[in-house]
Amino acid sequence: MSTLAVHDHHDGVEHHDHDHGHHHKETFISKYIFSMDHKMIAKQFLITGIIMAVIAMILSILFRIQLAYPDKAFPFLETILGRFAPGGRLDANFYLSLVTIHGTIMVFFVLTAGLSGTFSNLLIPFQLGARDMASPFMNMLSYWMFFTASVIMLASFFVQKGPAGGGWTIYPPLSALPKAMPGSAEGMTLWLISMVLFVASQLMGGINYVSTVLNMRTKGMDLWKMPLTIWAFFLTAILGILAFPVLVAGVVLLVFDRSFGTSFYLSEIVVQGQVMNYEGGSPILFQHLFWFLGHPEVYIVIMPAMGIASEVMSVNSRKPIFGYHAMVYSLIGITVLSFIVWGHHMFVTGMNPFLGGVFMITTLIIAVPSAVKTFNWLATLWRGNIRFTPGMLFAIGLVSFFISGGITGIFLGNAALDINLHDTYFVVAHFHLVMGSAAIFGMLAGVYHWFPKMFGRMMDEKLGYLHFWLTFIGAYLVFFPMHFMGLDGVPRRYYAFTEIESLKQWLSVNTFITWAAIMSALAQVAFLFNFFYSIFFGKKATQNPWNSTTLEWTTPVERIHGNWPGEIPTVYRWPYDYSKPGAEEDFIPQTTPYSQTMTSNLPHDFEDNPTGLTQYNEWLKTQKVQEEVK
Amino acid sequence: MAFKKLINNKLLSLFSVLMLSGSMVMAADATSPAAATGAENAPSVWTGVSYYVLLFLVVCFIVGIIGKILQVYDLTLKLQRKKGIKWNNVMGTLMLAFLVIGMVGVYWSFSVQGSMILPEAASLHGKTIDSMFWTTFGITVIVFISTQILLFTFAFIYRGSDKRKAYYLPHDNTIEKIWTIAPAIVLTVLVIFGFFTWRSITNTVDAKGEPASINIDITGHQFAWEIRYPGRDGKLGMKNYKLVSGTNKVGVDFKDRNSLDDLAADTIVLPVNKSIRLNIIAQDVIHSVYMPNFRLQMNAVPGLPTFFKFTPTITTAEMRNRLDKSDFEYHLYCNKICGGSHYNMWRIVRVVTEAEYQDWLSHQKPYLSDQLKQELKMVDANAPQQDGVKNRLALNN
Repeated sequence: MSTLAVHDHHDGVEHHDHDHGHHHKETFISKYIFSMDHKMIAKQFLITGIIMAVIAMILSILFRIQLAYPDKAFPFLETILGRFAPGGRLDANFYLSLVTIHGTIMVFFVLTAGLSGTFSNLLIPFQLGARDMASPFMNMLSYWMFFTASVIMLASFFVQKGPAGGGWTIYPPLSALPKAMPGSAEGMTLWLISMVLFVASQLMGGINYVSTVLNMRTKGMDLWKMPLTIWAFFLTAILGILAFPVLVAGVVLLVFDRSFGTSFYLSEIVVQGQVMNYEGGSPILFQHLFWFLGHPEVYIVIMPAMGIASEVMSVNSRKPIFGYHAMVYSLIGITVLSFIVWGHHMFVTGMNPFLGGVFMITTLIIAVPSAVKTFNWLATLWRGNIRFTPGMLFAIGLVSFFISGGITGIFLGNAALDINLHDTYFVVAHFHLVMGSAAIFGMLAGVYHWFPKMFGRMMDEKLGYLHFWLTFIGAYLVFFPMHFMGLDGVPRRYYAFTEIESLKQWLSVNTFITWAAIMSALAQVAFLFNFFYSIFFGKKATQNPWNSTTLEWTTPVERIHGNWPGEIPTVYRWPYDYSKPGAEEDFIPQTTPYSQTMTSNLPHDFEDNPTGLTQYNEWLKTQKVQEEVK
Repeated sequence: MAFKKLINNKLLSLFSVLMLSGSMVMAADATSPAAATGAENAPSVWTGVSYYVLLFLVVCFIVGIIGKILQVYDLTLKLQRKKGIKWNNVMGTLMLAFLVIGMVGVYWSFSVQGSMILPEAASLHGKTIDSMFWTTFGITVIVFISTQILLFTFAFIYRGSDKRKAYYLPHDNTIEKIWTIAPAIVLTVLVIFGFFTWRSITNTVDAKGEPASINIDITGHQFAWEIRYPGRDGKLGMKNYKLVSGTNKVGVDFKDRNSLDDLAADTIVLPVNKSIRLNIIAQDVIHSVYMPNFRLQMNAVPGLPTFFKFTPTITTAEMRNRLDKSDFEYHLYCNKICGGSHYNMWRIVRVVTEAEYQDWLSHQKPYLSDQLKQELKMVDANAPQQDGVKNRLALNN
């Protein structure tokens, strides 16, 4: 069935290529703007993602300044922000808007769309041996929906009352009552519109990824020969397709509550002394709907990063990824389990405590596949021959962050401990390490690693090293002290810690964190310069700069439409034959048949191929005979 | 040839960085007088900023120069037919250095900042939470340190070299089984302990024979907490959100007789070693009652009353002695984003002896203030009526 589909498509594209030479001329618009080529769409996602990341990072620096110097005025802030920073001091409501938009952009626009959008689009056709995605048009639509969503999200800075301010989780009733805070007025409406478009974009992307993976693999590329990147993107897309619509449901009901007087989430409410007519709704319902997406969402963020790290670490350790099957099964385990753990965000919301106990059990189970992945990464490094490319450094950084941040998840997943830690800086530290820093490091590892594939040029390694070390150290300096703040009961989303006596002792730590954050932010200049400079002036890349086995490196450097000039290569082996004993080089591309590598074949290679195994055994016999003759 | 090209590239890059940032500064300078309202303030607005921008440019410049020096050094090595800088060795060594310095940093953090955390638990269940915490900490810190050591030492030991070849090891089922089952067992233990700890804290029906808990109502609204104590009858009167007004802040329904002797307080005062039940409600948006000293947190949700039962064990006075801080107070503060003044929504909690508590209670004003009585003329009218009802009931008996 699937081979048939590949065949059909293959023919179709060849016809297209044929036409192409004669009378289809690409214009600037069709090539760079409304492009349907998966490589161009990937680049569009990447650059939009980078721009959004920079914006969200600047927002975080603004609110970090407030936390470090709650009593100081910075006149230039008033110049930049106008009414949002009267007298050079951030407005308390605008502070919450900054926090909200920082979170929203980072989680959705950078680490979901920027990460999955870039690398799924780039690598699924490349690593599977397809000419393009299943539906290039839908792919284009997916990007432009995302772009529109980004524009609307940013536009909310220009409405009178400022952007949404209820936190990125926008819990009603705060988000449902425009009177409750300025950030729940027009800004929230824009937030909701933006998110609906965003989800539509993700669904179109996700459906495309899944159908491409299932139907358009090249000859010989069965599921168990797919690189771990593809497994990760595939499972991430499934997660997204199943989880994102629930967010839309939640958001639409919230729109009803806000604009049409329904009471889905509202009950017995008195705002600023005024009794409202809402009755019978439940604010907890929204939390259920939100976290039914929200928890899978954190795995949507981290799984592609895991896939990228696995691939980059294997290539640069010159060693097969340890426990390929275990890696795939743990991804599947995470995918399934991530749907039944959402309640751990709600232990102290008034949800039935017994239910809390059940969610605690499922939550701690999900730590097992995560631990397996970590151990397998460590085993991949063991006795490797590690080449420290910037991509490799970021992949190692990911593992370090994933351990540090993952371990604190065991505290937060424990309902009893969560009573004291819920909504404190301990949570902030936890998720910024495990899904923030780890995922962004996965994304950066991918950018450094596949930059030659995207732009045909190399990024500068030394600047990459500088970027890595400053960011890696900076991120730890920012987030490590936050654990202690949280354990002392410092709440998140506080405009200032000056009002409550017991929180004042953390002011100096806050100043330190802010300066560490500024340092890490400035380190990104090294990356931005390196990235944009190298697009135009970087060293020209060779076809396979990392000596990698996977299919994308068999395409020409020029990145032509349809990816391969001739026939799509056939795949004969798994993607991780690095440093195989008996082989001439330390890598054997997936396109090399076993018949050409007789000296390095192992019985294990023929597990599901009995004819191959008999041939291999016969070859072994002849070898023995020859040796005896000698 | 290549040498020249490299230098050109590098110089070009440095130059463009300078140009870019330079023009940014100029742009900022150009806009500042126009944007600022007070024209005479305009220059001072940007002096501080431009100082830092300049500082950053200097740093960029130094980084560029160091990059250049490294490049020249690398090229001279190559000209002498030696191998260039072995970046794998440099990075591998940095990995090891990071591990060592990082571990020192972790130790420093644990000892300095670690001593500022988890103020002594002042409630019965707080002690069990803390022991659960330290058990989990003990297990995870071992995992944390050992895996980080493995990660960075592997990175150092197996740094790349042309002489070696990596060891082809695609999988090993035995060791994989071990490191799947081992965390599973550890987590099972943690789950079981955690589950029972959680149930013992939340599954809190008053046991038979045990004296009933003291009920205290706490109501959150933007941006304050209203506190209501039961009167002599020990029962809190009913509430109805439709009755909320400027004087009847939590909407007490005075048709319920239990409400007539309810007390309003502005501090939460608790008798030590008595079971307390906080009845938690919110009026407008979600708030959260958070009292870290008592390891207590529960959201206040509009339309969904919640509660938390606990027993304070250390009085404020005793805590002041222990900490040697004469002005120490327990605090209750909001821990769920609720609007602009979220950061300033708190109450003092004071734990006192039983005698002090009774004394304090006798000095509290009734919730049904004179003003409220006047406002609700119907209350005066109702009161005798209700007495009448009672009399009739009594007669019936």
